[in-house]
Formats: sequence, structure tokens, C-alpha cells
Amino acid sequence: MTTSVSDDAALVRVRGLRFSHGPRVIYDGVDVDIPRGKVTAIMGPSGTGKTTLLRIIGGQWQPAAGTVEFDGVNVHTLRRKALYELRKRMGMLFQNGALLTDLSVFENVAFPMREHTDLPESMIRDLVLMKLEAVGLRGARDLFPSQLSGGMSRRVGLARAIALDPDLVMYDEPFTGQDPISMGVLMRLIRSLNDALGLTSIVVSHDVEEVLSISDYAYVIASGKVLASGTPDSIRNSDSPYVQQFLRGEPDGPVAFHYKAAAYADDLMNKGKKA
Amino acid sequence: MSIITDMLQGLGRAQFFLLSIIGAIPSALLRPRLLVQQLYTVGVMSLIIIVISGSFVGMVLALQGYRTLVDFGAAESLGVFVAVVIVRELGPVVTALLFAGRAGSALAAEIGLMKATDQLSGMEMMAVDPIKRVIAPRFIAGLIAMPLLSMIFAMMAIGIAGGHAIGVNLLGVDDGAYWSQIHSSLHWEDIRDSLVKSAVFGAAVSWIAVYQGYHAAPTSEGVSRATTSTVVVSSLAILALDFILTAFMFH
Repeated sequence: MTTSVSDDAALVRVRGLRFSHGPRVIYDGVDVDIPRGKVTAIMGPSGTGKTTLLRIIGGQWQPAAGTVEFDGVNVHTLRRKALYELRKRMGMLFQNGALLTDLSVFENVAFPMREHTDLPESMIRDLVLMKLEAVGLRGARDLFPSQLSGGMSRRVGLARAIALDPDLVMYDEPFTGQDPISMGVLMRLIRSLNDALGLTSIVVSHDVEEVLSISDYAYVIASGKVLASGTPDSIRNSDSPYVQQFLRGEPDGPVAFHYKAAAYADDLMNKGKKA
Repeated sequence: MSIITDMLQGLGRAQFFLLSIIGAIPSALLRPRLLVQQLYTVGVMSLIIIVISGSFVGMVLALQGYRTLVDFGAAESLGVFVAVVIVRELGPVVTALLFAGRAGSALAAEIGLMKATDQLSGMEMMAVDPIKRVIAPRFIAGLIAMPLLSMIFAMMAIGIAGGHAIGVNLLGVDDGAYWSQIHSSLHWEDIRDSLVKSAVFGAAVSWIAVYQGYHAAPTSEGVSRATTSTVVVSSLAILALDFILTAFMFH
């Protein structure tokens, strides 16, 4: 279902990306390529703006400098209408599914179809049931989002993200706060949907082992820079001490355990004085 | 100093927001089902509080009016007193204050929650403009519902339960005099002005509510703050606008 305009190997190409939130620099010159038809993992500690990257690719936020190309089109020079057209080719799964709370599961998945197509009701029904079957929730179609568990909400969100058969699906922290079973379900779904539907997937996560086990390519981003990129194996064998600390979850290392402070002894001696 | 600049900034943002809502109105009108849904939640759900409050306000006015009028032997004019006060002032103002408390706060909380749970950005990523799909229908519904609610409030206060029940049935004012005096002293212009006031208040409350919800910080604290400031800012806006409108309608 990939309707590619160019034969470029990368569906999304980020070059020299700079972005800051007020005084905080999130990205300081980042280059990322998302290869077509592959699952790419973006890893990094909390607060490095992994979600920000997805919002920039989706054109919701403007970078301060640098370009983001989706299938050869610069996302941030598009006018609103063209941007909305482009977004129909992207699906995004938000951290908690972001389901519309006043609509049932069925209507949530039908929502993008009803908004963007003139399909007859019977065809919408078939399509929705197919999407729900793919995530294993055909039986839950009449439930409301408040009745779903976190993992189920994400699966419904996933069914909705693939409702319009997009080229790219972006997953924002899909594993956070999931029990092992629903984590396994989500992992299998991401991999199998990517291969079965010929998608390109970006998975943003800090669940290192899980995301490396399903991805073809991975980036480690921290403090505004790409620290490592490559296949999961080359990431695991990376000689960067930071990457090793991140992968093994060591409490001390390049990222220090102690928040920046004056020397301990000095601090204790300066009784009563404000540091 | 920073309070004033903050306020001006907020006003500027709110005006641009209003412009984008107005731009989205045509496409919202093309989807009557969304509008009807919102008319139900904004209008019908506010009915009970409007009906009950209208009755009580009318009853109190009748009691107070009768005490004064009876000293002058003018108890027959009770109908006029109640009707003029309700139609010109209390109807639109009290309805708008209640509307801000009932529907405005609910709107702000709903939209703020949709923002906090990523539903609005989710829509944007699905290439659906939340201003068209979520904000504009709610704004139009508020605009339509307010004048209707205010008329229902006035009917309850003057005729059905309030002033009539107390004045005629309890205090013994003549039924014919009650109605005929209203008929001869209340003009078409009064009702028109009342409707204008209600529509302006409706627009103001809906505007403030959707603005506060849409620009709420995406946290539970942000949502609660948006709800509170909707009610506070709406109430102030209603009373200030009421003075301005009354001054212009005064002749």
C-alpha cells in the first residue's frame, strides 16, 4: 500500500534539526533517516524530546532550523491544506491511545474514514471490523474508551492509526506502563502490521530490550544529539560509554547519579551560609 | 505591570482564536448533527437550572414588588414591574450567569480534558481540524442556546410559575389587570433588546469557555484552572457587557 513518489530508501529524512522549548535546547543538529518498510527505534532517556521528534515529523511543531522531508516533501514549508493531505499518509499512536472519549471503539476507528472519505456505511463497517480484527478487538467494538484497559486503548488507537492505510505509523512510547502480556501483544502487533501492510514504523521508547528486539534500525538520542545509530546488534556492541550505561541501566556513569552541586565537604562546612 | 501585559496578550490570543472559530463556522454549519448534539449538551442540559431559577426569581420579585406597590395603591401594576425587570435586565443577566456556571464550565472542562489526553492533537494528526470539529459547533450551540434559555427564564419568571403564581394566586392581584398592564407597557423593542443582550452574553460565555479549554495547560491542574477562570471571567464579562449594552439601549 506504499504509494511512493520517489524511490528514495528513506521515507523520512531529518537534516540538521534544531528545536528548543523556551530556553531548553531539545535538538541541536540532529540527522535521522527512517528507512522505508522498516521498523526504526528512537531511544533515549526521558525528557530528551523523543515525542517532540514525532510532533515535528507530523508538522505539529516547527523546528527552529533544519529540514524534515517526508517522501521527498519538506513538511514545514507546506501550506495547511497540503500538510493535512500529507498527514493522511501518517498514522500516530499516542501514549495512551488518545481515543475520543465520547465515541465507541467502533466509531473511533471509523472516525478518520468518516472524516476523509465518502464510503458507504456498509463498507465502513467492513473496514472497521477488519482493522479491529487485526488488533484482536473485534469483539470490543461496542465498548467505550472508559471501559478499556490501557493496553486495549492502545490497540484501538493502533487500529485507528492504520484506518486510512498510511505509509508511516509513529508510535509514541507504546510500552510504557504495560504488563508483560500486553507488552508482548503490542510488540508483536507493531512488527506484524509493519510487515503485513508494508508500513514504515517509528517506535519511540525507552524500553530498550523490547524495542531493540522488534526493530531493524535504531537511534539513541540524548542531550540534543544522536549518540549512536545502526542495527540493534551494533547498538548493543556500541563502545560509547553513554550508550552502554543507557542500555544496561547503570545508576552512575556519564549520566551522573548526583545532580550538579558544590563539593560535598565544602557544602557541609559552610553551615548556615547559603550556597 | 506584568498583569496588564499578560491580560493584553491573552486578549490578543483570544481574538485570533475567535477569528479562526468564525472562519470555521461555515463548515460546522454543514454538519448539523454535530451542532444538534452540542445544542443538546449546552442547551437542554441547562434547562432544569434555568427553569427553577426563573421561577424563584419571579416569585421573589413579586413579593418585593407587591410590598412597595401596595403602599401606593398600585398593586395592579405588579405584572408590569415583574415583566419589565425580568425582560430588560434580570432575564438575560441571570440566565447568562447560570449558563456560564452550568454550560461554560462544562465546555471548558471537556475541551481541556480533550487537550490533556491528546485527543485534540490526535485529531490534528488524523488531518481533522479540531477547531472545525470540536470548537466551532460548541461555540455556535452556545450562541443559539442562550437567547432561547433566556426567553424560557423570562416565561417562567413572569407567567408560568414566578410572578403570576405569587401575585395573582397568592396575593390576590387581579388576573386580567396583571396581563393587560404587561401587554400595554411592554414593547416589542424591550423583547428585541433582551434577545440582543442574551445573544451577546451567549457569544461571550461560549468564546471564553472554548478559549479557556483550548488553551488550558494539558494537566489536571490546568483543566481545573480553566474551569474556574471560565466562570470568573464570564461573570465579569457579562456584568460589564450588560452595563455597556444597557447604556446604548437607554432612551
